[in-house]
Amino acid sequence: MLRGIKDMTATNVARGAERVSTWFDVDKVRRDFPILKQQIRGNPLVYLDNAATSQKPQAVIDAITHFYATDNANIHRGVHLLSQRATAAYEEAREKLQRFINARESRETIFVRSTTEAVNLVARCYGARHVGDGDEIIISAMEHHSNIVPWQMLCEEKGARLRIIPITDKGELILDEYERLLGPRTRFVSIVHLSNVLGTINPVKEVIRLAHERGVPVFVDGAQAAAHLRVDVQDLDCDFYAFSGHKLYGPTGIGVLYGKARLLEKMPPYQGGGDMISTVTFEKTKYNVLPYKYEAGTPNIAGAVGLGAAVDYVESLGLETVIHYEAEVLSYLIKTLSAVPGLKLIGTANNKASVQSFSMEGIHPHDIGTIVDEQGVAIRTGHHCAQPLMDFYQVPATARASLAFYNTFEEVDVLIAALHKVIEVFK
Amino acid sequence: MSYFNELYQEVILDHNKRPRNFGELPEADCQAHGNNPLCGDRLTVYLKLDGKTVTDVRFKGAGCAISTASASIMTETLKGKTADEIEQLFRKFHAMVTGRTESSADTANLGKLAVFEGVSGYPVRVKCATLPWHTMLAALHHSDDTVSTE
Repeated sequence: MLRGIKDMTATNVARGAERVSTWFDVDKVRRDFPILKQQIRGNPLVYLDNAATSQKPQAVIDAITHFYATDNANIHRGVHLLSQRATAAYEEAREKLQRFINARESRETIFVRSTTEAVNLVARCYGARHVGDGDEIIISAMEHHSNIVPWQMLCEEKGARLRIIPITDKGELILDEYERLLGPRTRFVSIVHLSNVLGTINPVKEVIRLAHERGVPVFVDGAQAAAHLRVDVQDLDCDFYAFSGHKLYGPTGIGVLYGKARLLEKMPPYQGGGDMISTVTFEKTKYNVLPYKYEAGTPNIAGAVGLGAAVDYVESLGLETVIHYEAEVLSYLIKTLSAVPGLKLIGTANNKASVQSFSMEGIHPHDIGTIVDEQGVAIRTGHHCAQPLMDFYQVPATARASLAFYNTFEEVDVLIAALHKVIEVFK
Repeated sequence: MSYFNELYQEVILDHNKRPRNFGELPEADCQAHGNNPLCGDRLTVYLKLDGKTVTDVRFKGAGCAISTASASIMTETLKGKTADEIEQLFRKFHAMVTGRTESSADTANLGKLAVFEGVSGYPVRVKCATLPWHTMLAALHHSDDTVSTE
């Protein structure tokens, strides 16, 4: 599984008992990310807010610059060479993304602005046609607002009901309860793959299997997962899967919606406009084939090219390799956070990746955030767009550290020292 | 001195730990709720008035150190002041925390409130410092609406 590990240079020599990554050259990887070289308030930047957005390697920045400097034209129309080059670059990016998630066909890989747009597209184009009065849609208690609100809007409009899969205190789905919720009125299930607050990796394959037994299609919100787990949409057998480019080391404003072709073909378009049509008269418009039916208007061409470069970059390191390295740093993070006096971990599922939320006794997360920022450490504080989850844990907000493969064991030490500074200030 | 030290001054930390005038005011003439959805800060401000003069003020709620200390110090500052004086004071306070003071005269007479000057170095924390004030003003103007910083 850990391809290429043996070949790696051992530069990250362990300095503490837990810091054992002698096989991943994190210093070399860090040099690929120009933003990481800077100082924040006089201290080296320690960027631990990757669940909000990830940093971009030079390869992505270069790909975008190269596109605008040499290939920029509108796609799918001009007969001129530049337009052909731009079209080729855009479609090549689509194929990279298709391979990245192992979609059967490239036409099942639709470029959207973001995961949020993808959820809204599916709620509108699939949900609105299949959900009616008295029907039910199932989501979980750990969803991001963007996987709650579009379904809530649909339910309000249709007189349908939103059902919530409960979670344990550790932050794991209660699958027995999920099975009980699946009923004759269930029309759709929408579930997060990797929680942005708890770091829980949900057993989505099982969630999908149980829904499919009852003929119910499933959307998987992969906003966090795409950068930290290997996603295989055919293996999962999900009906829809979506993620954003910017959390996957690519640019903002570009994301991917995967959908099974047989479902996408039957669904109406999301937006009307250019590129999504094959013929237009004032009497009747004939819609274009997949994936163009869902890509109305000039898309974010450079964004797609940049995202393609991001996927190339991650695969050049080896996704399995970086996943394994991140897991080592995460377990070190959890272990060292646990030793901080008065600190409570929020999200302690057995199967986790990248993310650890926490609270500190008597200290508001925003004060934690401000004080660690003074030490150069960027963490997220707040409700993380998951207010129902904050209510479940009865906290107004949490502090959250989220990792990427360019984070180091030493950076975790800097965070821990900064948290001790917080305690000192508030003692 | 770094902004950090300016922000979390001893006085602020003390008021956060032991907020003054904390709790409900059963005989209040008016009250208002405030919340900052971004941080989850929530508070209620209670006012007792004699004509246009504030005779007593209390607050309750939960928030970060800056908002708790701001509410606490605000309650200490308001007693005996008229609505007009309070409005004027808030204008000065607001100018200070947003870094829009032009001369030292602008921050004169702010008294203890001057400890919040460091907030101007942290634009995202301005709302923490001003939420208690916006909430108190809503109560003063008998506005029943919940104040939100968003």
